[in-house]
Amino acid sequence: MAKQNYQPPRLTLPVGERDHSEGPSDARMVLVEYGDYQCPYCGAAYPIVKKVQKELGTKLRFVFRNFPITTSHPEAEWAAETAEAAADQGRFWEMHDFLYENQASLGDHGFFNTYEKKLKLDVKRLEQEVAQHVHAGRVREDFMSGVRSGVNGTPTFFIGAARYDGYPGFGPLIAALEKAEKG
Amino acid sequence: MKEFQTKNQKVSPLKPGTKAPNFTLKTTPDQHVSLRDFLGRPVVLCFYPADWSPVCSDQLGLYAQLMSEFRKFDAELLGVSVDGVWSHLAFSKDRNLNFPLLSDFDPKGAISRTYGVFTERNGESARALFVIDPKGIIRWSYLSPDGVNPGADGILSALEKLKSPG
Repeated sequence: MAKQNYQPPRLTLPVGERDHSEGPSDARMVLVEYGDYQCPYCGAAYPIVKKVQKELGTKLRFVFRNFPITTSHPEAEWAAETAEAAADQGRFWEMHDFLYENQASLGDHGFFNTYEKKLKLDVKRLEQEVAQHVHAGRVREDFMSGVRSGVNGTPTFFIGAARYDGYPGFGPLIAALEKAEKG
Repeated sequence: MKEFQTKNQKVSPLKPGTKAPNFTLKTTPDQHVSLRDFLGRPVVLCFYPADWSPVCSDQLGLYAQLMSEFRKFDAELLGVSVDGVWSHLAFSKDRNLNFPLLSDFDPKGAISRTYGVFTERNGESARALFVIDPKGIIRWSYLSPDGVNPGADGILSALEKLKSPG
């Protein structure tokens, strides 16, 4: 959509200490994803983001925020809270990756249980926190920050603070990140 | 308000300050909804082109997820398209939508035309949003390009403004 003077929406909640991120905190390129663990398009974007991270190495900081649309994806909230509960035990990214790599099994909570044990997580604590929705507030905070920043579906990416409206493919993402770095 | 030129006519939503025209539309085979039923509460009116198209589903699914936020303003959300009630019922059930979908079906698009958001070229409603205050006055309107999901930020900002004017 070509529009003159079009300004994409901007992140209303800046990337900071609260966020789960990979890559140096002073990296010159920042990619933020609002994602839903049960969304097939997010599942498709997952390996692309990995490839982008590999390509750019320490030049890139990647941040993931929750945007579960549970009316379409009944397991999305459970998955988001499970990842946040794992984060409480220092294992956010392991769980984030495992959830996307096993998206088809999201309804099978026992399957994820096995993995939690393998990660040597305190599984009892994790399950209790998910059952009591201890991390629901955090997930909602992510979600509402997305809504107020112009996230209207998933996945939505931001490069720096500006919403990325292009196609979420490897080439286009790299090009957009490099362009943003050059200013 | 931006205007988009369509083949035969300009789509030009009614502007803020205008009294929202009343309507009575079917929402199920035996139920009707009138705009005036909601006097005393804010109403979010969401015109969209069609049930089932993936963009709409994203937009309406997002709104379903945000019902609790809209409720904080005591606001009612109404979806409107030219689809028939049976399509609305099936679509609503499939996507777990928790707000009424109204059928601007007969005469086709009449209410969409009244609001200035009927696209002659496609024979569908444009993707347009209105926030109507408790007295029935339009306070905010927005026309989105058809392929673009307008999100909810504009609606929430408009509702916030209603609550604390100025």
